Amino acid sequence: MQIELQKRALPSSLMTWLSPALAITLTVLTGALMFGMLGFNPAQALYVYFIAPLLDSWSLQELVVKAAPLVLIGVGLSICYRSNNWNIGAEGQFTMGAILGSILPVVFYQWESPLTFPLMVALGALGGALFGAIPALLKNKFGANEILTSLMLTYVALLTLDYLVRGPWKNPEGFNFPESRLFSDAALAPSLIADSRMHIGALFAVIAVIAIFILFSRTLKGFEIRVLGATPRAGNFAGFSKERMILFAFMTSGALAGIAGIIEVAGPIGQLTPTISPGYGFTAIIVAFLGRLNPIGILFAGLLLALSYLGGEAAQIELGISEKTSKAFQGILLFYILACDTLIHYHVKFVSSKKKEAV
Amino acid sequence: MEILEAILITIVTASTPLLLAALGELVVERSGVLNLGVEGMMIMGAVCAFAVSLTTGNPYLGLVAGMLGGVVMSILFGFLTLTLVSNQVATGLALTLLGLGLSGMVGEGFVGTPGVKLAPLPIPGLVELPVIGRALFGQDPLFYLSVVLTIGTTWFLFKSRAGLIVRAVGENHGSAHALGYSVIKVRYLAVMFGGLCAGLAGAYLSLVYTSLWIENMTAGRGWIALALVVFASWLPKRLIIGAYLFGTVSILQFHAQGAGIGIPSQLLSALPYLATILALVFISRNRAVARANTPACLGLAFVPDR
Amino acid sequence: MRKLFAAAAALALGLAAGAAQAADKVKIGFVYVGPIGDHGWSYQHDHGRLAIEKAFGDKVETSYVENVSEGPDAERVIEKLARSGNDLIFTTSFGFMNPTLKVAKRYPKVKFEHATGYKRSKNVSTYAARFYEGRYVIGQIAAKMSKTKTVGYIASFPIPEVVRGINAFLLGAQSIDPDMKIKVIWVNSWFDPGKEADAAKALIDQGADIITQHTDSPAALQVAEERGVFAFGQASDMIKFGPKSQLTAIVDDWSEYYVNRVQALLDGKWESTDTWGGFAEKMVVMAPYTNIPADVADMAKKTAAAIESGELHPFKGPIFKQDGSQAIKEGEILDAGTLLGMNWYVKGVDDKLPQ
Repeated sequence: MQIELQKRALPSSLMTWLSPALAITLTVLTGALMFGMLGFNPAQALYVYFIAPLLDSWSLQELVVKAAPLVLIGVGLSICYRSNNWNIGAEGQFTMGAILGSILPVVFYQWESPLTFPLMVALGALGGALFGAIPALLKNKFGANEILTSLMLTYVALLTLDYLVRGPWKNPEGFNFPESRLFSDAALAPSLIADSRMHIGALFAVIAVIAIFILFSRTLKGFEIRVLGATPRAGNFAGFSKERMILFAFMTSGALAGIAGIIEVAGPIGQLTPTISPGYGFTAIIVAFLGRLNPIGILFAGLLLALSYLGGEAAQIELGISEKTSKAFQGILLFYILACDTLIHYHVKFVSSKKKEAV
Repeated sequence: MEILEAILITIVTASTPLLLAALGELVVERSGVLNLGVEGMMIMGAVCAFAVSLTTGNPYLGLVAGMLGGVVMSILFGFLTLTLVSNQVATGLALTLLGLGLSGMVGEGFVGTPGVKLAPLPIPGLVELPVIGRALFGQDPLFYLSVVLTIGTTWFLFKSRAGLIVRAVGENHGSAHALGYSVIKVRYLAVMFGGLCAGLAGAYLSLVYTSLWIENMTAGRGWIALALVVFASWLPKRLIIGAYLFGTVSILQFHAQGAGIGIPSQLLSALPYLATILALVFISRNRAVARANTPACLGLAFVPDR
Repeated sequence: MRKLFAAAAALALGLAAGAAQAADKVKIGFVYVGPIGDHGWSYQHDHGRLAIEKAFGDKVETSYVENVSEGPDAERVIEKLARSGNDLIFTTSFGFMNPTLKVAKRYPKVKFEHATGYKRSKNVSTYAARFYEGRYVIGQIAAKMSKTKTVGYIASFPIPEVVRGINAFLLGAQSIDPDMKIKVIWVNSWFDPGKEADAAKALIDQGADIITQHTDSPAALQVAEERGVFAFGQASDMIKFGPKSQLTAIVDDWSEYYVNRVQALLDGKWESTDTWGGFAEKMVVMAPYTNIPADVADMAKKTAAAIESGELHPFKGPIFKQDGSQAIKEGEILDAGTLLGMNWYVKGVDDKLPQ
């Protein structure tokens, strides 16, 4: 069997909506088969996985908490990827943002004021932006490829955090365990609903989505990003500076990752610990592309990925489906979504005498 | 001298899996495809190699299984990104998730069981050489293979006609297609070679490096391999420098610690990464090399128009 | 798409309701920091969970979530377990301490057990094991078996637990031979067999003829087996990985504690406690002594028995710190707070601690 693709003249608007539905259908079918083969009730498993987390307000809030950093980092990365800058070091920028922002509650812990949290966010943005600027400058000055530098710097950031919380920044009352002191109330991210874990980060994420959406669609800078990303030479003729764009993309996405970092620390965690991210910076790369590098798409992609994490945990707790199975299932889900996206831009034809097979 | 010899042997072990995985990815990227799923293919290679060598008792069958595990994963990646033109970056990352999950499922029953070790294959005579003898000629077969593959890949890419086609496809798939070459077929083969090498690297981990199976035992080596391809400016011979630089610094920092030099271990652990960045900055000063060797179509989808 | 969801939901709801809800069973939840396939820390906790299932059969229902990152995710997972009707929840890593307390505050009826932490509340107990008792014993064995008088110690992260282990080991070794030395390598990971193997090789190359570790995998033991030096297993009996090299292993055994706590819950007698168990509580168990002469094995058994009975305490003075100052006077024992937060080395460790 041979599959042939034919480019559509225009992206199909029908398929834009139909392809996610098709992906979900295929995932459900595969999931049913997979869970069934492993000896679970397929309908129940899928229900616990995808539906139950959407039915109570606690899960929905947790969904938002989990999705917020992914979306925040993801929209930032979309600037990089659209302008052809391969920033895969968001995890490091996230960590550096958390470190710089935590200076206030850890080192100057006595200073409690309404300005504490806003300043922490500003410092977080600064930390991420400056750390993001390193690969950008190395690329501009020395032509050092950013895939390598941004990735390697991530490990450096993680080890820096590790050193700080085990060394100079460890909690003096903490029996030398690896953790900073707990943040004071003034340094904690405000909750959106009283007594909820849903913190202000969600609001930041939505604002970032809107801001970047406007940046892409309404501003000259957005045009510049697209031109330099698609055809750098044309950008040159138009008088756009490639170097400045590299710096802009890395620092903006670094700042957003840094904000996500400090808010995670000031929100759900409430102190600095050796592990502050379950790989958000890497997962956000998937989120960015799953959302087709479009801010609105990234919002949905972030929520979907968050759902798959929550669903995976629920499946472990309620049914005893192992974490490995959930992870594999998550991979399959992503495959289907990515593959079905093809339908938007292409006609798919099966050219063969043999019997057809679903995509 | 004895300690020097011992250090060299260890460095070779630490560097070989990086070199193997990176070599595969290098060919993949030369053909214009960016597969970020090296970690996923590698871990599948590790578990398949472990499972088969343990059940059959034959590590060479394990090697074959490891390669197959990597290749099957890479075909999946190829089907999605080449046939269905899905986004390469996201698909590669999803492949890593799938690999980590699947390998955990396959390996569940093997946790806590010692595996079969791939025995060294000393080369008579040469192994007696002082200092370098045991490090270079007393190693396991996979080390020799990594060297042969590096030389072979250099020859293939730059001296053979087929290699020229691979590079042409990665450089300008439109022209390559117009000249009558099947871009998709070439890329499939390159991607499969990448899977094969990543599988071998995984097999190295579970058969040579340590003969055991533990979940997530690749511990990020696939990512390092990816970075090394960039470090090497897509030139196989430079890959040797990159992989061995990384491996050397990793091992030397352990020796520094053992000698008790009193520098925070986190800083020492960060050294391999910092050294690689510095070295890259140093070699990138000559921008012409990087520019001439970066595949222009890297990461771009190709659909033949008919 | 929405219709599809609705249809699926309706179908599943029916099925879920149809599935008989097991009533009256006590539900027990576990949160693991690693995969249960790590063959180390989480693996042993899961053995404890299985021991509960074995002991109570139909009376209990257990569930677990593995590979839970000690960051923002921890609180959600613990709360999810509480919301799913678990009556007792074990959170088995230090990083889960503050999340556990936060959730416990919101769910006063649910009982929590946090491993290796120091904060408790009305419904949060803590428990940890005195692994240092085992380390003292293997230190003595090492001193008897070593020819180069140098031991290689592969450590994970500089936390008090690990530092305490290094000190106890060396104190044990020095009680036999005051010249014993330790070389320490930090791999900055619990979880990288390759790095653990590299560290073991480096230590052996630098003259260590005994390897011991505070990391999870059997990789270092395998290296010792290949190189023909002795080593100790960690967390579980790893004799399969080093039949000729393992002298013994310090086994984490949570079974008895877990079963007791569940029993207390069933009897309505559960209350918040602080348990730090060692040989006496069977939380720390020595694997069979192998590859060593009978007199050394006898000595080890005697030491273990003396520690178990309280006759011997590994941290009994006089103890000198690395810089030569006296940590504790002759005849006195280090207090619990100092032990808990230990961040200094005893004399003879060839390494500097990050402060």
